[in-house]
Amino acid sequence: MYWLKRNLPRLVIAPSFGVIAWFVYGFIFWTIYISFTKSKLLPKYEFWGIDQYFRLWSMPRWHVAVENLFIFTILFIILCVFIGIVLAILLDQKIRAEGFLRTVYLYPMALSFIVTGTAWRWILNPSLGLEKFAHDIGFETFTFDWLVTPGMSIYTIVIAGVWQSSGFIMAIFLAGLRSVDDEIIKAAKIDGAGIVSVYTKIILPMMRPVFMSAIVILVHLAIKSYDLVIALTAGGPGISSDMPAVFMTQMAFHRSEIGLASASAIMMFLTVSAIVVPYLYSELKREDDRK
Amino acid sequence: MTENNIQTYKELEKLSNKKKLIYRWILFIILGIFALYYITPLYVMIVTSFKTMEEIRQGNLFSLPGSLNLTSWDVAWNGQGFSAGDVYLKTYFWNSVKLVVPAVIISTILGAINGYALTKWRFKGDSYIFLLFLFGTFIPYQAILLPMSRTLGFMGISNSIYGLILVHVVYGLCFTTLFCRNYYISISDEIVKAARIDGAGFFKIFFKIMLPISAPILVVTVIWQFTMIWNDFLFGATFTFGEEAPIQVALNNMVLTSSSVKRYNVDMAAAIIAGFPTLIVYVLAGKYFIRGLTAGSVKG
Amino acid sequence: MKKIIIAILAMVLAPTLSYAGSKAEVLHWWTSGGEAKALQVLKDDFAAQGGEWKDMPVAGGGGDAAMQTLKARIVANDAPAAAQIKGPTIQAYDREGVVAPYNIDAVAKAEGWDKLLSKQVADHMKCDDGKAYCAAPVNIHRIDWFWANKKVLDSNGIKMPSSWAEFNAAADKLQAKGIIPLAHGSQPWQDATVFEAVALGIGGNDFYRKAFVDADVATLGGSTMVKIFDQMRKLKGYTDAGSPGRDWNVATGMVMEGKAAFQLMGDWAKGEFAAAGLKPDVDYYCAATPSNNGYLYNVDSFIFFKIKGKEKVEGQKLLASLIMGKEFQKVFNIYKGSIPARLDVPMDDFDKCAKKSNSDLNTAAAKGGLLPSFAHGMTLELGVKGAIQDVVTEHFNSNMSSQDAVKKLSAAVKAAS
Repeated sequence: MYWLKRNLPRLVIAPSFGVIAWFVYGFIFWTIYISFTKSKLLPKYEFWGIDQYFRLWSMPRWHVAVENLFIFTILFIILCVFIGIVLAILLDQKIRAEGFLRTVYLYPMALSFIVTGTAWRWILNPSLGLEKFAHDIGFETFTFDWLVTPGMSIYTIVIAGVWQSSGFIMAIFLAGLRSVDDEIIKAAKIDGAGIVSVYTKIILPMMRPVFMSAIVILVHLAIKSYDLVIALTAGGPGISSDMPAVFMTQMAFHRSEIGLASASAIMMFLTVSAIVVPYLYSELKREDDRK
Repeated sequence: MTENNIQTYKELEKLSNKKKLIYRWILFIILGIFALYYITPLYVMIVTSFKTMEEIRQGNLFSLPGSLNLTSWDVAWNGQGFSAGDVYLKTYFWNSVKLVVPAVIISTILGAINGYALTKWRFKGDSYIFLLFLFGTFIPYQAILLPMSRTLGFMGISNSIYGLILVHVVYGLCFTTLFCRNYYISISDEIVKAARIDGAGFFKIFFKIMLPISAPILVVTVIWQFTMIWNDFLFGATFTFGEEAPIQVALNNMVLTSSSVKRYNVDMAAAIIAGFPTLIVYVLAGKYFIRGLTAGSVKG
Repeated sequence: MKKIIIAILAMVLAPTLSYAGSKAEVLHWWTSGGEAKALQVLKDDFAAQGGEWKDMPVAGGGGDAAMQTLKARIVANDAPAAAQIKGPTIQAYDREGVVAPYNIDAVAKAEGWDKLLSKQVADHMKCDDGKAYCAAPVNIHRIDWFWANKKVLDSNGIKMPSSWAEFNAAADKLQAKGIIPLAHGSQPWQDATVFEAVALGIGGNDFYRKAFVDADVATLGGSTMVKIFDQMRKLKGYTDAGSPGRDWNVATGMVMEGKAAFQLMGDWAKGEFAAAGLKPDVDYYCAATPSNNGYLYNVDSFIFFKIKGKEKVEGQKLLASLIMGKEFQKVFNIYKGSIPARLDVPMDDFDKCAKKSNSDLNTAAAKGGLLPSFAHGMTLELGVKGAIQDVVTEHFNSNMSSQDAVKKLSAAVKAAS
C-alpha cells in the first residue's frame, strides 16, 4: 500500500510515457531503420546501408527543398518576431479597440491553411488577384507575379506563413509585456528614461524567455510546413518552392520511395534537434540554477 | 516669474498633448494597415462566397456581390447530389466534431495530471521524463505516418474516428503536458505540501486544489488543442478515408476538384464553414487565451 | 431502357451468379463534374445488382492524394476492395504480395476477357507474371491530342497542324494577333504530358520506346532529346503568364471561351467540352498531335486487392464483371471522353473524336506506334517517372538550357533506378 502511494506519480505518468515511448520514439527508430533499407512501394526490412542518404543528397530537388527551408525559416522567424513585437508594443498602449484588433491579428492562426490557402492563392495570382485589381483601378504597370515566378515563389509562402503565425507571436509577447511589473516602468520613467529606451533597455531584455519560446515554436512550424506549401504553390512553379516536408510526403506516398523519404525525415528531425537540444539544455540548466 | 512658468508649462503641456495626439494617430494608422493585411483574405473569402460565377469573372477581387446569393453555401454543405464522387461538407463536419470533443478532453486532462505529477511530486528522473515529452513536440509528423498506419491496422482501428482520436491524443499529449507543467511549476509548492501534511492524497489534491486554480491554463490548452485538431489535414488524410474523414480532408477534396469552371464561390463558402468553429472559439475566448498565456504558461 | 435491361439481366442471372450481399469500398479520384457522372453509372449498376458501394473519393488531379491514402491503408492491412490504379504499379503491388489470390481471375476467365481485350491492354491487367487477371480496365485514354477553338482557327485561316513546324508557325501567327496560342496549366504532370507528346512527335516511335519504355540512358542523354527540350522551350513562349499551377480544366475553359487557341491534353478534356454542350467540328476541333502514327495510351483500371470477408470478395467479383460489361463500357466512356477497353463495343453512339481515336488505335497498333504514356504512369517505375518529371517541369519553368536539361535528365534517371 505504501509502495502504491509512493509510486503513484510514476504510475500516473507511466501510461502517457509509455504512449510517447512507442508512438514518438519507437516510430522515430522505425523511420531510422527504414532509412537504411531499400524500401520502395511498401516498407521492406532488409538492411541495406546508408545509400539512401547518398541518393538523397544527390537529388537536385532535395537541395532546392533544403535551401528553401533555410530561406523560409529565417525570414519567417525574423518577420513574425518583428511584427509580433511591434504589434504587441502598439497594442500595449491602452487603446480602446484593443480587443477587436487583437482578434483581428490572432484569427489567422485559427484557420487551417487548407482554408486560407485558396484565398491567398487567388489574391496572389496575377491574372485574378492583386495584380488584376491594381490594373482595374488604373495602375496598369503594377506587377505582382511572385506566385508564378520560380525564383520568387518561396517568398509568397513567407508572406502567407507570416500572416498566419505572427498574430500568435504577438499574443505571447503581449502576455509577456503585460506581466512586467508596472513599478519597474514607473521607476525608469522617474529616472527620466524616454518611452523608447524604457522599451529597448528594460522591457525587451526581460522578454528573453519569450523570445526563446517564440523562436522554438516558429522553427517547429517552419519545419512542419506542408499544408502551407501544398495549398499555395504545390511546390511550384516546377519544383522551385519545394520544402522538406512536402518532399518527404511526395517521395513516400506518390513516388514509391519510402526508404528515401525516411532518410529525408531523419534529416528533418536532425535539423530540429540541432536547434532544440541546446535550447532544452539551457532551459533545464536555468531551472536547476533557480532551485 | 511663476506666471511665465505656468504659461510655459501650459504651452509645454499643449505641445506634449499635440505630440501625444500625433503619436496616437500614427499608432492607429500602423495598426490599421496591419489590420488590413490580416483581414483581406477573410474579406475576399466572405465576399466571394456570396457571388455568382458571372460576378466573379467580371468583377475583381474586392468588389461586393450583387446580392447575398446562398447557393454556393448550399452546394458546399450538401454537395451536388451525385451518388458517387460527390464532395461536400455535411457528414465530415460532424466527423470532426466527433473527433475533436473526446480528443481535446482526454489530452487536456491527461496533460494536466501529468503536469501536476511532474511538478508537485518530484521523483528521480522526472526532469528527464519531462524532457522526453518536450522533445516529442518537435517530431515532424510526416515521419510517423507509415508506422502509425501499421499500428492502427494492428489495433483494428485504421480508417475510423477512434484511430484519429488516438493519434491526436498521443501527439497532443506532449503539448498539453508542456503547457500544464510550465504553469504548475510557477504555482507555489507550499499549498500542496501543507495538504500532504494534512494527509491528502495525490488525486484529492489534484481535484480539490490544483484543478480549481487551473482555469487559465486549461483554457489555453483547450484552445490550442481544439485549433490543432480541428485544423489538422495530414493525419485526417492519411488515417481516415471516405466517409470517416474529418472536415479539412473534405475541404481539400472540394478545393482540388476541378471542372473547367472552377467553382470559386463554393470553395470559399466551404472554406468559411470549415473554419467557422475555430474562428468562433478565437473570437469568444481570445481574451482568456491571452490571460492564460500571461499566467506563465509559455514564458518558460 | 438501360435500367430495364439491367433488371432483366439481374433476374436472369440471379440464380447463376448470386451477388446479393456484396460490398465494395472503392477508392478513386473522379470528382469533377464529368467524371462523377461517369462513375455514378458504375455505382448505380452495382446497386441494381444488390451491391453496397462505399465511396472513397480523394481528389487531386493525377491521383496523388489518393495514393497517399491507399498506401496508408495497405500498410495498415486494411486495403479497400478496389482502387483506381493503373500501369506497372499494378504489378508492383503484386510483387509486394498484397494482390494475390487474384479474386477476380475466375470471373475474368469465365467471361473470356482474353478475347475481349487487346493483348497490350490485357497484359497490363494481369499479375503473377501474366498468369492471372488482377485488375479490370475501364477505358483507353489517348494522351496526345490537340484541342482547338474552331472560331479562332477558322478566322485566322489555321488548320490543325500536321507537323510541329506547322504548329510553331500557326502559334506565331496567333501570338501576333494577341491570342494565347497554347492554353496550359503548368503543374508537373501537365508539363510531362506535353513533353511526352512532343517527344513522340519529334523523336519518333522507336525513340520514344527506347527512352521511356526501356529507360535507355544513352537515348535520354542524346542529341534528339536536346531538340525536344528546344521545342518545349518554344512552347513555353506560347503559354501565358498565369499558367503555373493552373488546373487542366481551367485551361480547357480558356480554349472553350476563345481566349486561347490550342490545348495539348488527353481526351478527358473532351468530357469538359461535352459537359458544356460543345460539339466536335461545330465548336471545337480535335486532332492528334503531330507524329508518325504514334498513339500514347493510358488505361484507367481498378485493381482488386487481397481482402478478407466473403461479402467483400463477392463485391470485387461483381464490380469486375460490371466494369467489363458492354453497356457500362459504352455509357461510361461516352461521359468520360475515352474509348472502351473492350473490343466489341459498337462505336455508333460515340462522337467524331472518339471514333477517330478508335481507328487511330488500330492503325497505330499495326504500325508499331501504340505506346504507353509515361507521364500517366503506364510505363516506368514511379521513381524514374518522377525523376524525369522533375527535370521536365524545372526546365519548363526556368531558363535552363536544353543541353543542361538533357544532362540532368540522364543523371536523374540513373540515380532513380
